[in-house]
Amino acid sequence: MFYQIDNAVLTLVVLCALAAINIKDLLGAGILFGAYSFMMCLLWAVMGAVDVAFTEASVGAGVSTVLFIAAVFRTSRRTKD
Amino acid sequence: MEEFFSQTIASKYNYWCYIVLMMIGLYAMVGKRNMIKKIVGMNIFQTAIILFYVSLGVKRDATLPILEHHGHEGGDAGGHAAAQGAHDTLHAVPGATPDAVPDAVSGAAHATGPEALDHAAGAADAAHHVAINAADYINPLPHVLMLTAIVVSVATLGVALALALRVHRRYGTLDETEILESLRQ
Amino acid sequence: MKILAIALCLLLGGALVFVVGDFPDWGDPMSPPNDYRLSKHFIENTMEETSVPNIVTAVLADYRGFDTMFETAVIFTAALACFFLLRTWGRRPSKPDNVYMHLLTGVHVRLKHGKTLSPQSRTFARVESEILRYDLVTSTVCRLMIPFIQLFALYVVAHGHHSPGGGFQGGVILGASFLLLAISHDLRTLRERFPEVKLMYLLIAGIVLYSGVGFACMIYGGNFLEYEALGPLMGVTPVMAHSLGILFVEIGVAMTVMATMILIYNYISSLGTYERGL
Repeated sequence: MFYQIDNAVLTLVVLCALAAINIKDLLGAGILFGAYSFMMCLLWAVMGAVDVAFTEASVGAGVSTVLFIAAVFRTSRRTKD
Repeated sequence: MEEFFSQTIASKYNYWCYIVLMMIGLYAMVGKRNMIKKIVGMNIFQTAIILFYVSLGVKRDATLPILEHHGHEGGDAGGHAAAQGAHDTLHAVPGATPDAVPDAVSGAAHATGPEALDHAAGAADAAHHVAINAADYINPLPHVLMLTAIVVSVATLGVALALALRVHRRYGTLDETEILESLRQ
Repeated sequence: MKILAIALCLLLGGALVFVVGDFPDWGDPMSPPNDYRLSKHFIENTMEETSVPNIVTAVLADYRGFDTMFETAVIFTAALACFFLLRTWGRRPSKPDNVYMHLLTGVHVRLKHGKTLSPQSRTFARVESEILRYDLVTSTVCRLMIPFIQLFALYVVAHGHHSPGGGFQGGVILGASFLLLAISHDLRTLRERFPEVKLMYLLIAGIVLYSGVGFACMIYGGNFLEYEALGPLMGVTPVMAHSLGILFVEIGVAMTVMATMILIYNYISSLGTYERGL
């Protein structure tokens, strides 16, 4: 498939994952996890796995983010690490 | 040097990133103290494994695993079976040309019975695209396995968040060290 | 703890880097997973055996249908686990207070002892609690969008044979449309349209439909989930019976997945009381 797009998106995925676990704000972690899932969905679409990309777009970037935000809203946003 | 770069880095870049993502996920699950962070790490770990599987299934110069198809013909059973029988005959005889189709139709009209019906629809579809070459389509097996894994991962995410909420309801915090301190008292 | 975690990660990373040279090159058509005869068999014979062009759907719901049935059961179990972990039944007052918001100023009014204002009021809108703000633009736009999202989800379920999609994706999108309703309005709106009991029935009906198709195949003389046996019942050829059987199974999966998504969101966002959402 498209070699260069794949590599560029993979780099962004790793950056998003690092940011999601290092940010000091749990709401931000949830949002960055949504961005991470969306990048993954893009990656799978590039690799030709359209069904997997479709599922990830609806599940990972959609419902997972909503669940994270609901949980953070019901607990607390603060974190020490 | 150039050869080393193309063989070790470029052609295996997906696997390097999968290893890095797996390490990030494991570090977040073990090293982070906040429960939401641990759950984010768990999901990153799951996605890394899915990335590995999907990367295994990629084929160069291949297309999506959805076959070319034409509409399914309906109609009454007799005509249906006859048309399919015609395709069956066409399929069975390698040298058959489209000119031979009328003969085949008249021949197949007599050949009724369960056996003709059994192979009928499949042969009709196969006749439209007899030349399915496995090298032209991306490997669908990893996609199938990973599709259900993603939906199961959101189910585990829901259960994990429910457990975190229970912990928060009981101890008033999501931080591991604070929970351990209040347990010791 | 941090040092231990870093050491563990380096150990895992080192072990994987050690074997990365043995992985096949990215996109190699002759690599072992791509060259394996099972994958070739599915690509070459799916159309003849099931008349489903989307190989992924065919393998998911037909060749490994038994496995997918229990994947659906895992999702069902996750919804039940959330129910047992979080659900609480507080004492509800018989006449709960109603909160209204004045639309022009954003001032909240709490009416005690179950008094209500006229539902047709154009100056006051009923909201769930004081922390919620009723936003006219958001709620109107979302209400307009939701039917189209649901229509698309039904298309994804029904057209999963011919294009990317299927029960899992369609079910999640259908659930997400209801989550959009719960977020843009409030949980009360969702609860009135879709009570918890109905969601539970839907959750169970999906699994029952899936396994029911399997048992129907057994009644008509085939193996469990061998859709060919249903051909005479539906009046189609055995190959088309595969296609139709996959459709029924996907509908069952979509029902369970949709109910699970809505239930998990409702329990988490309301902390198990099922009264007040976000």
